[in-house]
Amino acid sequence: MLNTNSIPLDKLIVEGIFPLVGGNFAKAGEASIHLKQKLTELGLNEDIVRRAAIVTFEAEMNVIIYAVAGWLHYYVTPRQIKIIVQDMGHGIENIELALQEGYSTAPPWVKEMGWGSGMGLPNMKRTSDEFKIDSVVGEGTTVEMIIYLNNVKAQNK
Amino acid sequence: MKLADLVKELSLEVKTCKDGLQRDVDSGYVSDLLSDVLANSAKDNIWITLQTHINIVAVASVKGLAGIIIVASRQPQEDTLKKAKVEKIPIMTTTKSAFEVAGKIYQLLK
Ligand SMILES: Nc1ncnc2c1ncn2[C@@H]1O[C@H](COP(=O)(O)OP(=O)(O)OP(=O)(O)O)[C@@H](O)[C@H]1O
Ligand SMILES: [Mg+2]
Repeated sequence: MLNTNSIPLDKLIVEGIFPLVGGNFAKAGEASIHLKQKLTELGLNEDIVRRAAIVTFEAEMNVIIYAVAGWLHYYVTPRQIKIIVQDMGHGIENIELALQEGYSTAPPWVKEMGWGSGMGLPNMKRTSDEFKIDSVVGEGTTVEMIIYLNNVKAQNK
Repeated sequence: MKLADLVKELSLEVKTCKDGLQRDVDSGYVSDLLSDVLANSAKDNIWITLQTHINIVAVASVKGLAGIIIVASRQPQEDTLKKAKVEKIPIMTTTKSAFEVAGKIYQLLK
């Protein structure tokens, strides 16, 4: 386990960046597997690592399905893991609608693969401790998620 | 129950990670929706699905699933098998339907 006693809570321990390419289904999941490895190396709790990987996978998938390109950025401090997934895509017109369980604009062939059930954004929101989404039509979308490392709320998820 | 015992009981065909069958399976999850599996399956579950494409491997890896059973005589794609070997995810196939497979495993794990 990461010894966080002597380190200031906001001191950056690990940060990283991982590129994402729209349409590249063969590589889907690689950003989240990369993050999972990094967090496991830090000796973080298995459930926290899994939650970080799940929300990253959903965000990564949305970039692959709906955007041209994007990045995963992650920042780990003794307090939290911050995950930012930013893309250059067509953006989201109605965020409230997009956040509704079951809402999806995925094309039929993506649905055939088992994606596009409109569960990704609700999953991200439910699985993270803090969730923010920002989107500009024609420019792109940014999702920011925080998972607390030492928190009762987090452990109950 | 060990994955190896499930393979024997259901006569599954093992496609990858024949040496990874000593894993314990405590329960299962049946779904063809990948975000559903990401949200609702649990670690060490055996995943029963008819999806065959490469993304099932990353889903199983991220969730720490014990393995994937592809049902109804469907065959995993080549790149799926390749990735499963890298990620050490056991993939098995069967001619049986998801209903039959889930029913049998449910009985065995009860
Ligand atoms: N990065 C993005 N860029 C553009 N549109 C997006 C983006 N992320 C989500 N959306 C829009 O929001 C909708 C809902 O997204 P969400 O991830 O919840 O479900 P989904 O991707 O359609 O299906 P699932 O996540 O279950 O595979 C998408 O169908 C899409 O219209
Ligand atoms: Mg999605």
